[in-house]
Amino acid sequence: MKYNRRTLLKSSVALLGASALGFPAIVSGQTEKIKIGHLTPLTGFLGALGAYAQLGIRMAQEEINKSGGVMGRELDIISEDSVNPSTAATKAQRMLDQDGVAFLMGEINSASAVTIMQVAARNKRFYLQIGARSDALRGKNCNRYTFHVDIPSHVMVYAVGKSLVRDNMMKDKKFYTLTADYIFGHDLAGAAKTFFNENGGKLIGDELVATDVTEFSPYLLKIRQAKPDIVCSNLAGNQVTNLIKQYAEFGLPYPIVGFNLNTADAWAAGEGNLSGTWPTVWYHTLDVPESKSFVANFIKKYGKPPENHAWIEYISLRIMAQAMAETKSTNTDQLIAYLEKEPQFEILKARKGYFRNWDHQLIQEAYPFTVKPKGQAKDQYDTLALGQAVPGPNESLEVLSVTKEQNTCVM
Amino acid sequence: MQFTFLLEQVVNGLVLGGYYLLIALGLSLIFSVGGVVNLAHGAFYAIGAYLSISIAKYLGFGASVVLSPVAVALLGILFERFLLRRFYAADPILSLLVTFGLAMITEQLIRIIWGAPPLSVNMPPEFKGSVFIGDFLFSRYRLFLLAVVIAVLASIWLLLHKASFGRVVRAGIQKPDMVAALGIRLQPYMTAIVMLGVGMAALGGALFAPITVVHPAMGAEVITVAFVVVVIGGLGSFWGVVISALLVGVVRGMTIHFIPAAGEASMYVLMFLVLLFRPRGLLGERIEKFET
Repeated sequence: MKYNRRTLLKSSVALLGASALGFPAIVSGQTEKIKIGHLTPLTGFLGALGAYAQLGIRMAQEEINKSGGVMGRELDIISEDSVNPSTAATKAQRMLDQDGVAFLMGEINSASAVTIMQVAARNKRFYLQIGARSDALRGKNCNRYTFHVDIPSHVMVYAVGKSLVRDNMMKDKKFYTLTADYIFGHDLAGAAKTFFNENGGKLIGDELVATDVTEFSPYLLKIRQAKPDIVCSNLAGNQVTNLIKQYAEFGLPYPIVGFNLNTADAWAAGEGNLSGTWPTVWYHTLDVPESKSFVANFIKKYGKPPENHAWIEYISLRIMAQAMAETKSTNTDQLIAYLEKEPQFEILKARKGYFRNWDHQLIQEAYPFTVKPKGQAKDQYDTLALGQAVPGPNESLEVLSVTKEQNTCVM
Repeated sequence: MQFTFLLEQVVNGLVLGGYYLLIALGLSLIFSVGGVVNLAHGAFYAIGAYLSISIAKYLGFGASVVLSPVAVALLGILFERFLLRRFYAADPILSLLVTFGLAMITEQLIRIIWGAPPLSVNMPPEFKGSVFIGDFLFSRYRLFLLAVVIAVLASIWLLLHKASFGRVVRAGIQKPDMVAALGIRLQPYMTAIVMLGVGMAALGGALFAPITVVHPAMGAEVITVAFVVVVIGGLGSFWGVVISALLVGVVRGMTIHFIPAAGEASMYVLMFLVLLFRPRGLLGERIEKFET
């Protein structure tokens, strides 16, 4: 076919005209949304917590977008069920490759967090690890692309441990522990053993419990056979709830404490079943004005109070929004450099938090809680009595954390 | 002392096995009589638990444990009439697929109706605490559970072996063609069996709700155990399921006594060993309609 010059000119102009229509999209790429990949367990023994996590991050997303977004761009959070460690890694990779996310956020299951961290390191992309608490993630498994928000196992053990020492429930007491048989449980047990050794507690038994165990009677029989002074739980998710309910069912006479409990799992235990001292990173009755207004807004939006995973996802997105606004970018290296300067973040607590630059852990207050006596709770959500923040107001925030000498993190 | 401890685990395992039996027996009956694999059995267990919590709020624990299984049994009629019936004469894999789909839909429906966070219900305070019978520790509630299971078991046995209903059902398992040739319609018996089966699963759910976490995916937790028990026990045998359920409970308890981390895997190892040496299951009968 022969083209004459006129046809060529006409078609060139048409092509240019069409490009001009598309041009604004390229030029004002600034109004393109910031895509963020979010993974959290919605099924399995941590599923109830993942549900709250999604509510928290969605609320933060809407608030931020309503007030103009970040750098004038809206946040678009792609949130999915991480299911298990291998699915989490697959989805994280897909989010980076195909969904075009700027960075990754989320997770509660420590085993899944490990695999997502590996994906982040392999692809040299930023990952804000929000809810997984295993020490190993900030220790020997650490990498420079990951920052951690929730308190690690070490802090949880020490938050409860200090209360036990104070209440004369540590020195020369015989402890029997039940430990969840995965990385988080093992870490918790390790930190507990160290604390017992340092403070005169005696460990007379430690049983491994697979994460799909829902029925604890054989373990309860073993506990009764061992006759400890105190029973201690190193379990996670709704396994703690099951243990508590069945412990109350059998009515064993030994006090029960634990080094990990999330509010949703505590509420599910039912009135009168939970007792003892447990740690938490946050609770909705915290008497701090910023926290109270967050709780009020959450209740207005969702009709129920926020659980600690809703809170932590909420403040995490706001932390990322601040980081992006300050660095004016979504670039991985710039975000890392900014956070390593240890800027302070509003986390709705009495004291602000910051990420330590050598292990990327958010340093913040934690709280022990006990259970209100029967009849004192106003409703099903009001069953817990929050203790004083640890560290105390005159102590350094890093008092409960591992020191640089103790830590095994090498970046 | 050590031996007493082991024995205590065995006895506790028997009690737990009784509970597994409640769920597994219904599953086995539905498979033996209808030839359909009911992967939605766990869904009825879950609905039983959730309904009992809703009923208990207004009518108390006792009413909830009675009314919830009855309500689910009525649901079972609908389930049998509109879903299961189409698959009696079909390849078992089709019933497997459709009931699996139903299980997933049920889980999401529960999430929509009752919400995703787990619910809690308390047992009546009279049941809390433990008692000693001899040297052995029992939870009071589980003794109550055991009593219920024994009562249900006895009733089912009487129904299957002493009543004319049972005679027809047992004949229907072995030779449905002959039963039809004798002019007896098997359909109403099948409906009754499904009602019974899912009702028992719901009873299990209602009874276990106070001592376990009630969450939308709880059906999936119980269906695996039920299946393993049925497979080990063998098809078409009442006592096969009974022995198998007790065995699974005891083996799990003993495994946790010696190697706690392997507790949940023990029943699969047991199933593997049984199938290796007795593929039909412990007391499985030769059912001609499955032999072709």
